[in-house]
Amino acid sequence: MHISIVDQIDLNEAYQQLQSDSAGGVNLFVGTVRDHAQGKQVTKLVFEAYVPMALKQMEKIALQAQQQWPLEGLVMQHAVGEKQIGEPVVVIGTSSAHRDASFAACRFLIDELKKTVPIWKKEYYQDNSVWVNAHP
Amino acid sequence: MEILLFGITREIVGQNQLTVPTQDRPETVGKLKEWLAQQYPALQKLSSLAVAVDSEYADDAQPLPSGAEVALIPPVSGG
Repeated sequence: MHISIVDQIDLNEAYQQLQSDSAGGVNLFVGTVRDHAQGKQVTKLVFEAYVPMALKQMEKIALQAQQQWPLEGLVMQHAVGEKQIGEPVVVIGTSSAHRDASFAACRFLIDELKKTVPIWKKEYYQDNSVWVNAHP
Repeated sequence: MEILLFGITREIVGQNQLTVPTQDRPETVGKLKEWLAQQYPALQKLSSLAVAVDSEYADDAQPLPSGAEVALIPPVSGG
């Protein structure tokens, strides 16, 4: 498995890490910066991570996925720092002999990452900014 | 005792790290949360506030040994 917190997402690297002669399917999920949230125009996002713990949590999730599905390759990259509209901020990749396992594991990995991995996003609008999910 | 701060907790406290004075030193995660709530009422308005000890989520009963790396984990929002 290849797990990292990076300044810039590298999709080519992720794809190379997933390639395997025994894999007949490769899934790549790319999360990007959207230009709106809750009806407001978003101007940029800033990501922050507690890096050692984030890596540890990502590894736990990856191990769970490997136990649940027969995966050939697994990639989790998350970016930190300032990101502009359209930029990739997270890439989750899986490869397996048959596509079902890759699709299911990829979905599981991004859903779990969003629940437990200590990474925070601040959304900037034209007039203010908020830490996403911080308040009810 | 030093507490690492991230995201909104860093903004609420106004610094990257928080020092708990020796005389107030909490013995457990739960006691630390009580101390924090008194010192920084704004923390109670968050949707949730977890504590990590040595990079693992810790429950309220968990002790805080000296030398442990302690961090506040406000609601996460990665991805």
